Amino acid sequence: MKPLVFTLKQEPGQRLDLAPLVPHLLDGKSVKDIAALELQTTREKVTTGDIFKIRTGSVDSIRFEGGSTHLDNIGLGVKAGEVVVEGDCGKAPGRAMSGGNLVVNGDCGPFAGSAMSGGRLEIAGDAGDFLGGPLEGEMEGMTGGLLIVRGNAGARAGDRLRRGTMVIEGSAGDYPGSRMIAGTLIVLKECGILPGYLMRRGTIVLANPPELAPTFADCGEHDLAFAKVFSNLLRPESRAAARLLVRPLIRFAGDMAALGKGEIFLPA
Amino acid sequence: MRPMKKNGVRIDDSFAEAFPMRGTAILITAPNRRWARQAATTMTGFATSVIGCGAEAGIDCERVGKDTPDGRPGVRVLMFAMSSDTLQTQLVNRAGQCVLTSPGSACFADLDGPDRLPIGDQLRYFGDGWQISKKFGDRHFWRIPVMDGEFLCEATTGLTKKAVGGGNLLLMGATPGTTMRAAELAVSAMNGVEGVILPFPGGIVRSGSKVGSKYKAMLASTNDAYCPTLRGAVPTKLDEDIGCVLEIVIDGLTEDAVAEAMRAGLAAIVKLGPEHGAVRVGAGNYGGKLGPFHFHLKDLLP
Repeated sequence: MKPLVFTLKQEPGQRLDLAPLVPHLLDGKSVKDIAALELQTTREKVTTGDIFKIRTGSVDSIRFEGGSTHLDNIGLGVKAGEVVVEGDCGKAPGRAMSGGNLVVNGDCGPFAGSAMSGGRLEIAGDAGDFLGGPLEGEMEGMTGGLLIVRGNAGARAGDRLRRGTMVIEGSAGDYPGSRMIAGTLIVLKECGILPGYLMRRGTIVLANPPELAPTFADCGEHDLAFAKVFSNLLRPESRAAARLLVRPLIRFAGDMAALGKGEIFLPA
Repeated sequence: MRPMKKNGVRIDDSFAEAFPMRGTAILITAPNRRWARQAATTMTGFATSVIGCGAEAGIDCERVGKDTPDGRPGVRVLMFAMSSDTLQTQLVNRAGQCVLTSPGSACFADLDGPDRLPIGDQLRYFGDGWQISKKFGDRHFWRIPVMDGEFLCEATTGLTKKAVGGGNLLLMGATPGTTMRAAELAVSAMNGVEGVILPFPGGIVRSGSKVGSKYKAMLASTNDAYCPTLRGAVPTKLDEDIGCVLEIVIDGLTEDAVAEAMRAGLAAIVKLGPEHGAVRVGAGNYGGKLGPFHFHLKDLLP
């Protein structure tokens, strides 16, 4: 299957909203139709054709050759198919996606995977703040699927996480898993202050934990079947996460300042 | 007509008549083989016949750690019942009383399919609010805190409406000793077939029944035509050289699995020969009008 390729001509002069360039919205459109789609966020009109050289192919596999931190909302609401970005993205790649696969071979801005409910988002570089988190006014962040960051993530990764699995292979900023409702967040390198701040339910696994808040209660070291199952399920996606989960883990219950049914696991 | 003979064993020109059932499969794991087997054995106890036990259940096979979701040794259990509702009730009751209670156990779905039976979705209430739901991809687990740690249980398992119950072989031998030997060899051959269970004790039943009874309250009663002690007193089905009859009943997730098991059993019986084993093999049926699945012995011979 030949992919539909968008090759970036030059760094855009304004922030662009790439929300229209997703498989389900491009289905049935000719290259000419696609070239005419408007992407601007300022008063200066810019079409897809102005920004990208377009090479025709199946909309089920979209490829961006070259990226920029000005390219926002890549893969917004993707339901199925594959989107690959060879370069950086701006804010909120993979926001509200419910299926399919989005791969960013570069860094991205804040709100990556924001409120995604399914599918798979992989970020090869670093992610900004509020990874998977809700936008202003929304009640829930990520509610399903798998989100993997190979590099580092900013502050408040997994804010209001409700369901799904988030793996940060690098380090996380301050307050990872803040206000978590449920779901799973794994951080393999360092993380900033107060992980799981005000979390209600859910699971956070930290390979190199900072000092936990006093509102997390030590429940002791345990060897849990569920960690082994998750290790096996995660192995194809992140070998390092799989290795962390088979280690003996100490369970801390919290945040007792909120509901207190969440947990943070640390290696024993 | 001269009877079919294979290696000296007479094979009846008959067939086993089997019925559609609802079936399901789960995988029970534990810290070691012993406790995985223990949970599975307990769960499949008192599950020989739907007539009195609610369900028919048994151990299908064992799995080593690298083939189980949590890397621990496991045992695959199959359960069968006549309706989805009964199967559901039996599955949850048995998992709740026998697997949840067994030290170190975990319980996983082991049958794919669109029709689902809740297990963890029901047992989770034991957690009294401390149960934890975990989803990964399309799999959903419940973690229930228990006194030795956590009971991990998949939310649902698959249900098949294509299961087949009541495949059978009737082994007729000169003495209980030789008949038992043939039956034991057949059982061990049939246990090697995946997707089937032999629900009776050790796979063997000695009290085959016929439909009806002289007593009004009894729906089924002893199959007098196959009782060797009544050979001269009733219209018997037994020849003069037969002093013992044992039956092997087979339930399977598919029609093919049941046929495969009967084929394996027949092969073992024929290989042993009449001298030290069964002199004749038959199969139980009701004239072919009740059950839609007919397994003809002549088609399954080695």
